[in-house]
Amino acid sequence: MSEATDIPGSRIEAFLEAPVFGLPAAEKRALLDAELAALTAHHRASCPAYAAILETTGHTAPADSRNAPFLPVTLFKLHDLLSVPREAVFKTMTSSGTTGQAPSRIFLDAGTAALQTRVLARIMAEFIGTRRLPMLVIDHPSVVKDRRSFSARGAGILGMMTFGRAHRFALRDDGMAIDWDALEAFAEANRGQSVLAFGFTFMVWKHFLEPLAKAGRRLPFDDAILVHSGGWKKLEAEAVSNERFRAEALARGGFARVHNFYGMVEQTGSVFVECEQGRLHAPVFADIRVRDSRTWAEVPHGTPGIVQVLSVLPRSYPGHSLLTEDMGVITGEDDCACGRLGRTFRILGRIPRAEVRGCSDTFAAPAPALADG
Amino acid sequence: MADRLHELVARSLMIDGATVTDDLRYNSIPEWDSVAHMSLIAELEDAYSVMLETDDIIAMSTVGKIREILRKYDVEA
Repeated sequence: MSEATDIPGSRIEAFLEAPVFGLPAAEKRALLDAELAALTAHHRASCPAYAAILETTGHTAPADSRNAPFLPVTLFKLHDLLSVPREAVFKTMTSSGTTGQAPSRIFLDAGTAALQTRVLARIMAEFIGTRRLPMLVIDHPSVVKDRRSFSARGAGILGMMTFGRAHRFALRDDGMAIDWDALEAFAEANRGQSVLAFGFTFMVWKHFLEPLAKAGRRLPFDDAILVHSGGWKKLEAEAVSNERFRAEALARGGFARVHNFYGMVEQTGSVFVECEQGRLHAPVFADIRVRDSRTWAEVPHGTPGIVQVLSVLPRSYPGHSLLTEDMGVITGEDDCACGRLGRTFRILGRIPRAEVRGCSDTFAAPAPALADG
Repeated sequence: MADRLHELVARSLMIDGATVTDDLRYNSIPEWDSVAHMSLIAELEDAYSVMLETDDIIAMSTVGKIREILRKYDVEA
């Protein structure tokens, strides 16, 4: 972990010791502001391209988390942004990216990767506990076969597999049909027990819950947990709401506990998990801002806008403050009925095309000035 | 005399037993990556009849650490 703590002013150990959802707003704010300022200074000193962006956009003063300059996530598609020497990169993560776009490339050193693993475990334990349950992966086995270069999907699945034991894959490599033999063996072994299942939202619906319903099958689990992620865009097109998704997961799989999570490959580890009340929660390691697309000012709680995500994890690349391509709305702070403190929010979908163009226009100016690495 | 834990690690990671020491570190060789780590954990649980928690398997960052954590479960590896 030494790599991760060598950043001047960083107090990452304080985050790891803090309760994940237990700091009141003002306390969290103070801790987060100082850490993000330390990260901005670190990346400015270590990543010439990042320093050039700050220079061009007029960010010269030390920044707190309210004004921590945010990079649009598209910059990670256009440029190799690193804050460590290339020799220190031990894994490169890529996102699939929107059709026609280059994928994001995220460069991890050992310290950042280890931090991601620890933090993801801290957050997930708050929802699924520390006991590793028998686990069903709702995907096909070959998604984690290519060990040298993981897709974001493969990396996400591997990261989640840590939380389970005796893993089975529910889908077949050929054509994504349910692997009935594997599923039946898993169901038999765990009849009446709690299990953990994980998959990407669309895959879970399209290739698991729907086929189960069509086949008139019901899995024999009790108090089972389903964790899913990856966005609702494709399901909205089929008019599948979160409520319907949860109801079907319970009816078909016995999944009484369903947790969606929001996160991006650029900030792997510090995920925002949906609680029992259906709200996405910011953990102590991360936070969320919602901004007006014209003025970039923060909008009041309850007002939709463009989502900015903050994370204290990115150390080997300047990804600690990012403007996403998602619309969202803040639903509260320190006031969720589940008892967890921190901001809560909902994601409303992708930014309409015109606004995306608006965003990239805003940042078009500094882009040509960026030198590689 | 060969060390039982070293043998298990070598077999699971499919590497030469002579290269395994207590200092061997997760992610320091291509053969011990996150995929291999999952199978190694499963084999440890089988061989020593323990149920490891998530925090344990994250903390198992070296062979020596594995030995230390197994001791917590009263296992002399």
